[in-house]
Amino acid sequence: MPGKIFLVIKREYLARVKKRSFLLATLITPLIFPTILGLFLWIALSDPSTETPILIEVVDENNAYFLESNEMYTFSYGGLNPEEAKNLVQDGQRFGFLYIPELNLERPQGITFYSEETPALSMVSSLEASLKQKIEEFRLFASGIDPAVLSSLKTNVNIQSIIVGEPGGERVSNSIVNYAVGFLAGILIYTFIFVYGNQIMQGVIEEKSSRIIEILVSSLKPFQLMMGKILGIGAVGLTQFLIWIFLISAVSSLVMGYFGMKMPQQQMLEMSGQEGLFPETGQESIAEMVQLVQGIDFLQLTITFLIYFVGGYLLYGAFFAAIGAAVDSPSDAQQFMFPVTIPLLIAYMGLFIFVLDDPNSRVSYWLSIIPFTSPVAMMGRVSFGVPWQELALSIGLLVAGFLSTTWMAGKIYRIGILVHGTKVGYKVLWKWLKDSG
Amino acid sequence: MELLNVRSLNKSYGAHVALKDFNLSVEQGLIFGLLGPNGAGKTTFIRIVNQIIEQDSGQILIKGEPLKMRHVRNIGYLPEERGLYKAMKVKEQLLYFGQIKGLKKQDAKERITAWLDKLDLSRWKENRIQDLSKGMAQKVQFIATVLHQPDLLILDEPFSGFDPVNAEIIKNEILELKRRGTTIIFSTHRMESVELLCDHIAMINQAQKILDGPVKTIKNEAKTNRFRVKIIRNEDRNVVPWGDMEMKEGHEEFTMDLNGRQPNTLLTELMGYGEILGFEEIIPSIEEIFIQKINESHAR
Repeated sequence: MPGKIFLVIKREYLARVKKRSFLLATLITPLIFPTILGLFLWIALSDPSTETPILIEVVDENNAYFLESNEMYTFSYGGLNPEEAKNLVQDGQRFGFLYIPELNLERPQGITFYSEETPALSMVSSLEASLKQKIEEFRLFASGIDPAVLSSLKTNVNIQSIIVGEPGGERVSNSIVNYAVGFLAGILIYTFIFVYGNQIMQGVIEEKSSRIIEILVSSLKPFQLMMGKILGIGAVGLTQFLIWIFLISAVSSLVMGYFGMKMPQQQMLEMSGQEGLFPETGQESIAEMVQLVQGIDFLQLTITFLIYFVGGYLLYGAFFAAIGAAVDSPSDAQQFMFPVTIPLLIAYMGLFIFVLDDPNSRVSYWLSIIPFTSPVAMMGRVSFGVPWQELALSIGLLVAGFLSTTWMAGKIYRIGILVHGTKVGYKVLWKWLKDSG
Repeated sequence: MELLNVRSLNKSYGAHVALKDFNLSVEQGLIFGLLGPNGAGKTTFIRIVNQIIEQDSGQILIKGEPLKMRHVRNIGYLPEERGLYKAMKVKEQLLYFGQIKGLKKQDAKERITAWLDKLDLSRWKENRIQDLSKGMAQKVQFIATVLHQPDLLILDEPFSGFDPVNAEIIKNEILELKRRGTTIIFSTHRMESVELLCDHIAMINQAQKILDGPVKTIKNEAKTNRFRVKIIRNEDRNVVPWGDMEMKEGHEEFTMDLNGRQPNTLLTELMGYGEILGFEEIIPSIEEIFIQKINESHAR
């Protein structure tokens, strides 16, 4: 009999993997991100406006604020009055002009920028920053402090956080890297459950509405059929996922390589081979990054990811199968989607609001323990480091969770697939659940 | 030998009774017709035999053993509402259905090739079901039903959806399977196909069996002892012993009861009135018997 589940898995798997649409989606999706990235890089690099600095006329009534030109902006001081400067802008000889009225150092007001086009936000803030610095310097002078002395007193502080008591020694952690890893893993699991859960539902509805089910259930147990479908489609998802990982890294490093950059991993690999060879200055931050990425336990991360990926999919997959069995067409399925979507949405929003913000808070803990939210929420925590007891509890509950949802779904499925043309509501589902021994 | 024995089967869906105290015995190697209007309980019975649904009470024996899932593997079932995976290729689909019925891959492949040849579908074996005409898809479904060489074949409305040419092909295949010893249960509400094919019939109406027996016996019992006579009357015989006559081109037709006489006696008698062109017994068709039985059961 287990051979028959395998036959169903094989059919579900091949029927999908052999489809042209699978091939297209699998090949094109990972190309989208690198392509967009490449396109932007190309536009940015070939944009002529970034090569020549923007010319700005400065009309300074104080004759004191000399802004230094840089790669982006060239400031011209022609000693013009505002009317003449305005003409230059209108003629197109200047992008705009900055008007600095006589300033009260205590309360500088009335600084204005005139231009034909709306200036970029970055331009305005760059001008603001330059002027602010100048005004502050004047005020320091006025209060008798030498700005040079002050800047020599400035220090940069970076707190490096180290997690203690890990086997294999203490390791460097970094919130940004952990945030990104948790964010990506959580979103991937969320998307995967929805996309492939829907495929399970569609598949069940197809078999039900085309009555193939009559032939199938006279040869197979409904439970075998349901499990075969869930596992077969899950295998399709894993296949697609693995191809994506491979393609994304391959294509991204190609694209980045073309523009003279390198993928972080590749960089890390190259760097880690020559640790200690870094010159003393300028390279510490890169060395630190290497240490950070090395600090992530990729093996643990991959294993936990796969467990929650598969566990979450099985837990919700059973629901999708039951819904498919209960309805006659996809449009009828809407009414039952609510109890599936809500916990997933809670997990998704919880990931952003609580888990990534504070992985060790009480809410984060519970979100990552309850099986309905744990696949998404725990992935948000796991890269920050989770005690193994919590991980074991969460995984244990997830396994118990999908066993019980599968058991329940099996009961609904068994009856539902043979019922046609009846209006099925929650009451009816409950009755099926109770009735089927 | 008895292949299938059904004892006081009951099945209800909520308040609706689908089968009530239903008994049936099917002999091996016969074509057994299960007749009844839509909603009579035929499909419910078939689904119970296929273990798709469970009976509320009653027993089903196959060759004397209580029906189990392993017996179902020896049943070929063609449901009334046909279904195939539309996006799957003909060959793959047949292989799948063969394998879930327990066939080995190699055996299944050989049989598929033979059947596709036989039903003139070889050209289409690499096509998807969605590219086939309805008739062709029906043939594929038929192959899927018989591929594992079941002892018992259950066909629910097997001819619906077939054009006359293909219906004839399928009919011949059914007869061929019977010759090889397959027992066939044939469920339909279309009586015209039954008389030619079935050896034995049972009629169901409103969840109950109302008639059961060999086709010949049923028809004999339904005889009314009336004869249809075609005659060219002698002109001098104006007074005749029968009632209304129908005038046809060059002759007259009427029906007459034997009234206890032997047919020969009646014929001799009639010959004195003119030249007899035709003299045949009126035997009701299965359809007429069926309608009569239904009316009787409603009158009760």
